[in-house]
Amino acid sequence: MTTQYILLREKEIPDIREFDVYVKNGGYEALKKAVSMKPAEVIEIVKASNLRGRGGAGFPTGVKWGFIPQNEPIKYVVVNADESETGTFKDRQIMENNPHQLIEGAMIAAWAIQATAVYIYLRGEYWDIAHDLDKRIEDARQAGFVGENVLGTGWSCMMYTHLGAGAYICGEESALLESLEGKLGQPRVRPPFPAQKGGGLYGEPTVVNNVETLANVPWIITHGAEAYKQIGTEQSAGTKIFCVSGHVEKPGNYELPLGVTFQELIFEHAGGIPNGKQIKAILPSGGSGPIVPATDEVLDMPLTYEDMVKVGTILGSASIIVMDETVDITWVASKITKFFKHESCGKCTPCREGTYWLDKVLDRILAGKGTPQDIELIDNVAKNMQGATLCALGDFAANPIIYTIKNFPDDFKKHVMPKEEDKPVPAKAGAKPAARRGVQAAASAGD
Amino acid sequence: MLAEKYAERIEKAFAKYPDKRSAVMPLLYIAQEEYGWVSPQAIDEVASLCDLDPTQVKSIAGFYTMYSEKPKGKYWLHVCTDLACALRGADEFYEALKTYLGAEDGEMTEDGLFTIEHVMCLGACDRAPMMQCNFRFYENLDIDKAKALIDQWRAEAKQTK
Repeated sequence: MTTQYILLREKEIPDIREFDVYVKNGGYEALKKAVSMKPAEVIEIVKASNLRGRGGAGFPTGVKWGFIPQNEPIKYVVVNADESETGTFKDRQIMENNPHQLIEGAMIAAWAIQATAVYIYLRGEYWDIAHDLDKRIEDARQAGFVGENVLGTGWSCMMYTHLGAGAYICGEESALLESLEGKLGQPRVRPPFPAQKGGGLYGEPTVVNNVETLANVPWIITHGAEAYKQIGTEQSAGTKIFCVSGHVEKPGNYELPLGVTFQELIFEHAGGIPNGKQIKAILPSGGSGPIVPATDEVLDMPLTYEDMVKVGTILGSASIIVMDETVDITWVASKITKFFKHESCGKCTPCREGTYWLDKVLDRILAGKGTPQDIELIDNVAKNMQGATLCALGDFAANPIIYTIKNFPDDFKKHVMPKEEDKPVPAKAGAKPAARRGVQAAASAGD
Repeated sequence: MLAEKYAERIEKAFAKYPDKRSAVMPLLYIAQEEYGWVSPQAIDEVASLCDLDPTQVKSIAGFYTMYSEKPKGKYWLHVCTDLACALRGADEFYEALKTYLGAEDGEMTEDGLFTIEHVMCLGACDRAPMMQCNFRFYENLDIDKAKALIDQWRAEAKQTK
């Protein structure tokens, strides 16, 4: 499957990050077109395009914009550039290499809801990126695309960057808003939702969109909703940046139409598994989504929002961590659990205490001091965390326990069995790179 | 005092937001730059600038990991040992780096030059092993490349002394 680059355009135009180059290649034409339309028309186009949020939840972007009440005088667009999910590094590449497309997309969103300001919330570690982005925003402001009286419309909308300071939870939209207000980054009780009066930034109606989501918008406005829907599948339109890391020859970001299979992505684009090893497991959505064994069924499943559910996982942010046959999945569970233990904001007891105990018991199991009951114990603790917290972090933190145990029970058993039963775990069904079916066949098999 | 020395930057930070409180994070960064860490003095100054209670600022500084609540080295090293990096040798890399520096996780070297910490995912999974030094990315490392960087920073620090 080849792609036309909607997002990673630097692959074709290396200096696209520069304002002049961006403009020379059609940049800001979409914004001009958008402001010539009524805001409601822009929302309709984005709705019709089926663009879904690329931060992980996959919520329809146009629908989200449509929730904003029109008659409120102050409204905000907040760009979620807090990218902190284990295995995710796509928004960084957009901001580093194609920043004006994000700025343009965010300004179109701002026009659509008639926002008064845009805040781009970047994780603190993207320090240099934020400072570079400030300069890009200034370039756009001087050209009249941002700031006072945008393109002579009489509508004014400022754009600012804001740096976080090392907290995964601030990627959760309500925690992000708290953080932006200068408070602890902890999730809010909803309703009211950010789109509602009282629920957004400083209590004003607010749209929070991921970087990659907004970077799609200029293309959609320029080419139309129908053209966008031609890419990908019916329910998952467009291209997606797949972040591939772990045991692959060529880790990196791959922009491909939604509906590409793991088989193609991992073995063709990312070069397969190094050192002649077999693939064992895949985390399709970083640390927070369910892990899956790399069976033929999984490898041939189209990477779409609707199809990933069929193999018991989610597309999420498409942060694909690949593991070969040498990887001990109990160790993986422990690594991810340490992540969530560290990143739990501490507000909700099940998450704060649960992650602490999961980590402690996993350490015991890995040290060879666990019992078979310990496996049941952590499974039980994790299941009791699900649905019991204000935000999704509690559910995310439960996933690495529940699905590692469910899908790789032998990896746990070997740590708690007496020595004589400690047999090596055979690798799960390996991939046969040569035996790959056509993408077309795989796609129809998934329908 | 921050208010005089960084007047322009502080004013710029306040100008971004309708509420002074939102500037607490950018101001804490400025304070950390000045004092090397968010010292009690730094907390008090930021609190008074943002019209907040020092306790509120202290809680912010404690919540976010990029504010150091204790003195740290001139070079603050953050090594990602999270899953994706660990699959590409980050744990071994981190062990070797700690040994080379002679400091444990979260510690400062005796000469006060380096503080080393392991951190969670930094968004450079395809370029592991990696680290940040004072929030700047250093990627596609191995221990030899990292040692060369350490030596270079040591030499730089000696020169500026």
